[in-house]
Amino acid sequence: MSLLKVEELSVVFRQRGREDVRAVDGVSFSVAPGETVGLVGESGCGKSVTSLAVMGLLPRRGVLVEGSIAFDGTELLTLPADKLRTLRGRDMAIVFQDPMSSLNPVVPIGVQVTEVLVRHRGLSSGEARAEAAELLRRVGIPDPARRLREYPHQLSGGMRQRALIAAALACSPRLLIADEPTTALDVTIQAQILELLKGLVADTGTALVLITHDLGVVAGMCDTVHVMYSGRIVERASRHELFASPRHPYTAGLLASVPRLDRPRGERLEPIQGSPRDTLPWSRGCAFAPRCRNRVDECARAAPELHGGSHSLRCFNPIEAKAVNR
Amino acid sequence: MSSEPLLSIRGLKVHFPVKKGVLLQRVVGQVRAVDGVDLDVGQGMTYGLVGESGCGKSTLGKAVLRLVEPTAGTVVFDGVDVGAQSPEQTRLLRRHMQMVFQDPFASLDPRQSVESVLTEPLRTHGFTGDGSKRVRELLDIVGLPAGAARRYPHEFSGGQRQRVGIARAIALNPRLIIADEPVSALDVSIQAQIVNLLEDLQEQLGLTYVVVAHDLAVVRHVSDVIGVMYLGALVEESPSDELYAEPLHPYTIALMSAIPIPDPEVEERRQRILLTGDLPSPVNIPPGCRFHTRCPFRQPTRCADEEPGLREARPGRKVACHWVEEIAAGRIRAAASAHDPTATEVGVPVT
Amino acid sequence: MSLSQAEVVLAGDSGDGAGGSLGRDAWRRLRRNPVAIAGAILVFLFVAVALLAPWLAPFPPDKPVGQVTPTSIPGPSAEHWFGLDDLGRDEFTRILWGARWSLVIGVVSLLLGMTGGLLLGLLAGAFGGVVDTVVMRFVDMVLAIPGLLFAIGVAAMLGSGLEAVMIAIAVVNVPIFARLLRGQMLAQRQSDYVLAATSVGVRRRRIVLGHILPNSLTPVIVQGTLTLATAIVDAAGLAFLGLSSNDPSIPEWGRMLADTQRYLSSAPLLAVFPGLAIIFAALGFTLLGESLREALDPKYRR
Repeated sequence: MSLLKVEELSVVFRQRGREDVRAVDGVSFSVAPGETVGLVGESGCGKSVTSLAVMGLLPRRGVLVEGSIAFDGTELLTLPADKLRTLRGRDMAIVFQDPMSSLNPVVPIGVQVTEVLVRHRGLSSGEARAEAAELLRRVGIPDPARRLREYPHQLSGGMRQRALIAAALACSPRLLIADEPTTALDVTIQAQILELLKGLVADTGTALVLITHDLGVVAGMCDTVHVMYSGRIVERASRHELFASPRHPYTAGLLASVPRLDRPRGERLEPIQGSPRDTLPWSRGCAFAPRCRNRVDECARAAPELHGGSHSLRCFNPIEAKAVNR
Repeated sequence: MSSEPLLSIRGLKVHFPVKKGVLLQRVVGQVRAVDGVDLDVGQGMTYGLVGESGCGKSTLGKAVLRLVEPTAGTVVFDGVDVGAQSPEQTRLLRRHMQMVFQDPFASLDPRQSVESVLTEPLRTHGFTGDGSKRVRELLDIVGLPAGAARRYPHEFSGGQRQRVGIARAIALNPRLIIADEPVSALDVSIQAQIVNLLEDLQEQLGLTYVVVAHDLAVVRHVSDVIGVMYLGALVEESPSDELYAEPLHPYTIALMSAIPIPDPEVEERRQRILLTGDLPSPVNIPPGCRFHTRCPFRQPTRCADEEPGLREARPGRKVACHWVEEIAAGRIRAAASAHDPTATEVGVPVT
Repeated sequence: MSLSQAEVVLAGDSGDGAGGSLGRDAWRRLRRNPVAIAGAILVFLFVAVALLAPWLAPFPPDKPVGQVTPTSIPGPSAEHWFGLDDLGRDEFTRILWGARWSLVIGVVSLLLGMTGGLLLGLLAGAFGGVVDTVVMRFVDMVLAIPGLLFAIGVAAMLGSGLEAVMIAIAVVNVPIFARLLRGQMLAQRQSDYVLAATSVGVRRRRIVLGHILPNSLTPVIVQGTLTLATAIVDAAGLAFLGLSSNDPSIPEWGRMLADTQRYLSSAPLLAVFPGLAIIFAALGFTLLGESLREALDPKYRR
């Protein structure tokens, strides 16, 4: 039974005087309790918009959201705003990339964490303070009682991200969405934060949706990986399948274009041609076709459908599957 | 590295005063951004400088071009002491040393057409030939169509802008290029294009690079020698092939183990060494070894009170650590601290 | 958070594609903005009326064209659209001519104030250090005095007259432009493209004049447009307070407003017409300025 089930989600931004922008275009995925699911892609692929849609955080004006987002059987898209607000924060939480802009700069950390506890769990402010200190300790913030009185700018980037995660965990949410949680951090701090998230999933059975552009992060964290391009999922597989035998030319291209520390040096990188700007609208064909090495005539005529079972992909001319011993 | 290095840095320090007060400002401290660095870069080589944010690597790059004024130390470029030049001489010297910037959106004047961007260095240095021919040539070298000359920066994607930035850097046929995070602002699929371009240019034009970046995988890929910086100083310098295979300094060991590798099989086998705590402020650099406050191999003696110098621990490999031999031989192991970043225990000697 | 992310997506995927310099880009956005068009129409009408007043006006502005007594001032009629004023002159004609004076006062005081301000700002922004400190402290001192009060002081010191009004308004605007330009230049000086120009060996003077200054002027243009609005209002204010020209034959809106006070009960419309004229002229420049600001804002660009 899946905890979150997103079906045929589309998000269209409409703005006066501009063409509509279809940021998310028929995305489906599901997340089970205790599972970590990755949404991977480059800037503008729609991964962040997907997460905002799930959390109901998209602006209402000028944005058209279609499809279905079911959380534990409840349809979120038709849920009244107050019910959604209760659900958000208590049962689902989100952590953003930039911990500085996600925290209120003029309010002490402690207040920002206890606020959630008072509102959603009905704790008294004394209880909430004790609980908040415990949360900060759990996410590895030393001297939590003192930190609670401090303001965001007094904390380092890593500590801020920990504080945000603490606030997100305040109500033991069943679903945590982490949108590029470590992109703004240094690698040694990133390792700490990822370890923290991993521990959380293992200890509490929280379902985690990890949104990132970093294939390395995905390789160490996610059970299932969805690769997005131009608003659609183009490949979906277990991480072992995906990394051992990437079949969509985009996935394979991404993997071939990053240098790897564990490989001998001196191999030339194989970049993907063009830029993410050079896309074809899905209505006319495969969006990746203009940049694709495996392009065939069909690619510019029709959009491929997502097909296949546990390892599914959206491509007319995929790369041969390799045997994966798993 | 044979004969004379093209670039030679000795005892370089860049300190910025920290001022307080509105009307009567007084200096309350020094940000020791670069705090005593020695390094040599051979002709035609690529020297990679890695380290985390705030380690001083970008400042070091700028100090080489004298875009920031060093507090102490010397930078010798091709036998010329850069710091001893007059402002006008420095300006002329810059024709041989160029810079590629991180943010391709910020490093181009939004009001300048590409043609103007590329002819500016030529005009400045009194180039009298056919300017527009040279522009077409430069565009061709960096893989942009000739029509790009008439266009403005905002019409290009990030990768294309970075190509313009690179074309500007090579316009004067420099010998040394300092590339400050040349790909980190770009999409993953574009990074490889720029990395390959930089490699091709090095081969075609015989360039020498100093590549400053936080992404070790990229730096290792392009560099011959890598210097690892921590809080303003080099803690390890090594040929890049050997650095991942056997990192010697505890910071390098932790840094290497922290970098995710896009392969689940590898990720599952790897042992992660998590660092404790946060980077200290460059205003208050810890005494003794500057890394000792976070070092998982820290020992009760020497680390906190004696600053280790950069010394040759292996042929061609320099490390600034008192205990490098013991750590490499496995006689000191990292303290277990994976789930408790508050841990204060020290590295465990194996008895 | 959510909003800004959505904007990023929109901006990144904008299908515009059309080329051109930044100016052309801004122009395209300006043309599509109804607020800008409304502002432009008002400004166009104001300027056109000001320029063409001698030909548009049906009567001479300074001669009585009908009989009036303090108790009976004829209101609007087919012949005199806005009626007659207290001296029997055609009110409509005087409103048209008034545009001329407002435009002259606005433009001259703007040019004077802007030139002074830009020179000071350029000095501070280009040299920094001690020059910057001295200039900016001076500017701070001047800015501490409320604008209109300061203008009244200056005008009173210079004696009444149109020149005094223009100089007073200009002086008030000097520190505003100085501060604006200096702040912009300081911000631009930190930017990477300035560093890039330095690193290719471009001379300092050329960096300041060729890169930093042009990129700092955008908000000055916006501020200039908005200042025209305040200058018109301020000029009317000074005239209302009797600090403008003593010559009753000059049809200046603020003065017309002041002169009709006595007849407010018998001919209230005489106050309404110049008041509306001032409002519409100021509104036009304000709308145009605000939409210029939007069109030139790099946040909306890509």
